[in-house]
Amino acid sequence: MILLDAFQYALAHTDEWLGALEQHLLLVAVALTIGIGVCVPLGALTARSRAASLSAINAANGLRVIPSLAILFLALPYFGLSFTAAALALTLLALPPILINTDAAFRGIAPAIQEAARGMGMNSRQMLWRVEFPLALPVILAGIRIATVEVIASATLAAFIGAGGLGIYITRGFALYDNSILLVGAISVALLALSAEIILGALERLTRAPH
Amino acid sequence: MAQPSIRPIIANWLQPLVSRLAFQHVSKTFPSASHAAVHDCTFEVAAASFVVLLGPSGCGKTTLLKMVNRLLEPSAGEIFLDGKNIHAMDATALRRQIGYVIQQVGLFPHLTVAQNIAVVPELLGWTKARIAARTDELLELVKLDPEQYRARYPAQLSGGQQQRVGLARALAADPQLLLMDEPFGAIDAITRASLQDEMLRLKNAISKTILFVTHDVEEALRLADKIVVLRAGEVVQYDTPHALLTQPANEFVRALIGADDTMRQLALVRVAEVMQPFTHAVELDNALTLSADDNLRVALSKFLASGATTLTVVQDQTPVGIIRFDQIRALSKHAPS
Repeated sequence: MILLDAFQYALAHTDEWLGALEQHLLLVAVALTIGIGVCVPLGALTARSRAASLSAINAANGLRVIPSLAILFLALPYFGLSFTAAALALTLLALPPILINTDAAFRGIAPAIQEAARGMGMNSRQMLWRVEFPLALPVILAGIRIATVEVIASATLAAFIGAGGLGIYITRGFALYDNSILLVGAISVALLALSAEIILGALERLTRAPH
Repeated sequence: MAQPSIRPIIANWLQPLVSRLAFQHVSKTFPSASHAAVHDCTFEVAAASFVVLLGPSGCGKTTLLKMVNRLLEPSAGEIFLDGKNIHAMDATALRRQIGYVIQQVGLFPHLTVAQNIAVVPELLGWTKARIAARTDELLELVKLDPEQYRARYPAQLSGGQQQRVGLARALAADPQLLLMDEPFGAIDAITRASLQDEMLRLKNAISKTILFVTHDVEEALRLADKIVVLRAGEVVQYDTPHALLTQPANEFVRALIGADDTMRQLALVRVAEVMQPFTHAVELDNALTLSADDNLRVALSKFLASGATTLTVVQDQTPVGIIRFDQIRALSKHAPS
């Protein structure tokens, strides 16, 4: 049976699989760290002006329509067959959902709540950290969850340019016409994406104000 | 019902210093508007008085209110709090000493009732113990059981309860001035009436200057010591509810206040406003008494039922004044039939 074969292949290559997993997670971590570091502050800023908000969302959506494989190959001439090229492509993939959700999260805060906060004597920083950010957090986390799942799935492409990750089993399985090897990569990535979805979804619910 | 913990709060509130407010030629024109939202408003709000800004929507009443805590800045004119120009004060420091209640309540949904009330005391750096004690005192003051409500979230409260918490939050750091922007506007009629009763009770219990915005004439007449009638950004008349009913400055005020309906008028004026106060202590000699908080309609039915021509007005079992049947008749004469 093909699943059993895949499992046995993974058991036989435990060290390699762990290394691929580590590389995969590293790619995801780099893309998300940069994505969050850039887009959360940017989204919080763009939400303050309608024009900025619109241009940010349009730019993000523009980015979204470019296939990640194309970005990957476009990065090749500059960064070569490298981790950097893969990380860059994945980062560009992580940006749109985080930016769009952060912007929407801050714009979605009821004006009455902001007026109350200002009227009570909070300065801008206190308003941000005590009121706006906690209220925006669940929606920001939803954006991060979407980005994480996308990046985990797309990080398989890194194997195409020799940057490793769990995608190596997919390329190898494809090259060797062995679907059980291909499944080692596919199932690992699917499980990884699923657990990210579940964990971040739970975090999102935890931070949501009771309603 | 014994509520011993309220006593220290009241004692605390009876401080000599209560804020007074003065508006001097205050105008506000919004950048995109052709007409001024507020035009050349000059009036004073005496310490510990309850002043209502009344007028139709778009008359500038909320704009005027928001200039007091500097959510808006006047285009011209000045506002003085206890003689100090508020423009010269730090805006956040100013706001922390002014209680602010808005129609949409604006409770922070991610914070519990207790945490919402604690916001300003926390900004002011109070100790945890002091904040906890103050929170419970205030919840009792607005008639919410602290044990039951302290840990709830705003979404778990009814609209009326939310506004009670909003009021408690505004009172948290013991401000001398309270700004209320249509606080009961979004609340059903029955709950609104009970919140107005609470306001009247609080007004007597706490010595604070209150500036209250409403477009509800009955609410204004019921609560106010004095009413600023606004029209198109200008002060049309600034007077007591009684004077507005009996001597409206013009047709606009007469129509707005409903000065034509005698029974309605009577129901809206408190005995305390019409009675002749005693200047010296008087022994309570007859049983025909009225409470100073009763309205004139209640007074009228007592006159009709008893056939008496005068009634003694009492407050907390102490005679405070006298009211004559003539005074009620004189009031109704002002209204053309």
